[in-house]
Amino acid sequence: MGKTFFDKVWDEHVITDFGDGTALLQVDRLLLHDVTGSVVMRELGAGGHAPAAPSQVFGVIDHLLVTQPQAAPRTGWTPVAAQMIGEARQLAQGLGIRMIDVQDPRQGITHVIAPELGLALPGLTIVCGDSHTCTLGGIGAIGWGIGTSEGAHVMATQALVESKPKRMRVRFEGQLPPAVSAKDLILHLIGRIGAGGGAGYAIEFAGGAVRALDVEARLTLCNMAVECSAKYGFVAPDDQVFEFLRGRELAPAGDAWDRAVAHWRSLASDADAVFDRELAIDVAALEPQVTWGTSPQHVAGVAGRIPALEAMDDAAFAERALAYQQLQPGTRLADVRIDVAYIGTCTNARISDLRLAAAFLRGRKVAPHVTAICIPGSAAVKRQAEAEGLDQVFQAAGFEWHEPGCGMCGSGRGRLEDVRAISTSNRNFENRQGRRTRTHLASPLTVAASAVAGHIADVRTMGAP
Amino acid sequence: MESLQQVTAIAAPLMRANVDTDQIIPTRFLARPTEEGLGEGLFAEWAAEPQFLLNQSPWDRAGILLAGANFGCGSSREAAPRALRQRGFRAVLAPSFGDIFFNNCFRNGIVPVRLPQPVVEALAREMRARRSDGTCTLRVDLARCRVEVPATGQAHAFEVPPRLHRMLLEGLDEIALTLAQAAAMQSFRAADRQRRPWAYL
Repeated sequence: MGKTFFDKVWDEHVITDFGDGTALLQVDRLLLHDVTGSVVMRELGAGGHAPAAPSQVFGVIDHLLVTQPQAAPRTGWTPVAAQMIGEARQLAQGLGIRMIDVQDPRQGITHVIAPELGLALPGLTIVCGDSHTCTLGGIGAIGWGIGTSEGAHVMATQALVESKPKRMRVRFEGQLPPAVSAKDLILHLIGRIGAGGGAGYAIEFAGGAVRALDVEARLTLCNMAVECSAKYGFVAPDDQVFEFLRGRELAPAGDAWDRAVAHWRSLASDADAVFDRELAIDVAALEPQVTWGTSPQHVAGVAGRIPALEAMDDAAFAERALAYQQLQPGTRLADVRIDVAYIGTCTNARISDLRLAAAFLRGRKVAPHVTAICIPGSAAVKRQAEAEGLDQVFQAAGFEWHEPGCGMCGSGRGRLEDVRAISTSNRNFENRQGRRTRTHLASPLTVAASAVAGHIADVRTMGAP
Repeated sequence: MESLQQVTAIAAPLMRANVDTDQIIPTRFLARPTEEGLGEGLFAEWAAEPQFLLNQSPWDRAGILLAGANFGCGSSREAAPRALRQRGFRAVLAPSFGDIFFNNCFRNGIVPVRLPQPVVEALAREMRARRSDGTCTLRVDLARCRVEVPATGQAHAFEVPPRLHRMLLEGLDEIALTLAQAAAMQSFRAADRQRRPWAYL
């Protein structure tokens, strides 16, 4: 019987198989960010341990940074955030950990910069105290989120005891219609299998529509695997990925590169590989997707309506979600007025996301009542966008243009409270983007269109580029 | 690591589905110089409402939580089980859990118990019915992998991954266990460096 991509990567990382469904796995990269990373480093020290392989551990400052352009030197957005950043810096230095710090030209959101730097490579196991580490599956790495105790374990041993998950393959087939993106694919999938539908699984995304996605779009797709509770999501690497990574700072070079590519090619799932669950989705008629509730599974086509409660499997949950969102079943999504439009985060703040949004925004204006914010995912994305004049397009349209960081994905930063936001981020949980903030998740193009319209909008009816 | 053999406690029926870790402890409680005090952030947004379950007697003294499916989905924050533990919870019973939260529980003295949805719902009904006479307690016996209703003697078996089971029962130090495998790690890496030199920096 053939092996899946996941099986092959798993097998080559097994140090000890405990024979009970768990194994001690070699961890190739440990990433530490300014929230959970500091806790990991604190606890390592408290346990009297030292890093086993400090050169394979990287610190990043992203979550706690102020992103407003006027702030210089940039630091934490609150005094305690500034203190945490200082602590992360100090602990990393003491432990001999490389830190990609605020002033570093490579700074950015962990999951955005890891592929940019070649820190993430195909077939590597990469862990971080951050559930969206699955993003790195977009370049064919196996990345997953861990707790801080597990983080201290990895730091002390460069290994982790892991339960082997079941394997699921989701094949997206057909050609994506115009204005429909990777974000819409993953939101649609979550709507279909539910917010718990991937629990216990590692999901391989495959099929013609996935092969046709560029590398950045694949990172978006994999980013939200965890939103259906799958810890891991990935696309087997191909020539597009190899071209994307060639020459990156931490990627192998010369003969080592050729050897690596040959190895990475061999990792693809065998033709006769068997998955525990298989799902095929035809994307040819897919609409842009937008969420209406407080879970990524509460999603519908942008031209549609909020479904009737009796049509839902989990009506009690949906009812509670709609009460929080201050919405009614049957409401047309296009009738939902928004206060805030946000383009950013590890889901959708790469250069291709910004280009798509800017192409629509060129010559258009954000509705007067909407606060519109764009936060590039990394310093490299920001530089590239500015070289292309995209910052001018965003600002001329009425968007704020910020410094890179996680921004308002995980709090309102004192700016978002009791507002309705359409956001390219990945979580629409209650109070996630600030107290009583009601979040609608969507693609960069749908967010840009909605910013201009002042309500949730279908870009296809607005003369999209 | 903190061990757990068994716990008998009031079991609060918080039967909401998809309770994510942002609800268990909001992001604003995460940036802090110490892990102490996380309990203050437990369900902080919901707890602001006086009618919230855990604000009411006897549920405010609960040590076991009954919850809906996919409990602890979302963010990897270990602050979620830590906040629960600091507020006295030793077990969470639900039809399913977010995978990262599930793992994190074992390292913080909490057992996450998977039971079929109808069983969790029946236990929740039982606890609500027993609220007034003070017998709304459950016993989770980790050694025997059983949940018992002391008032009726009924019991339900559950399964826990064997390695995590032993770790929690005996309060084992996981890092020490792995470091004891130093020879295996060394020989693996010597061979792996030849096979995958690009993986080593």
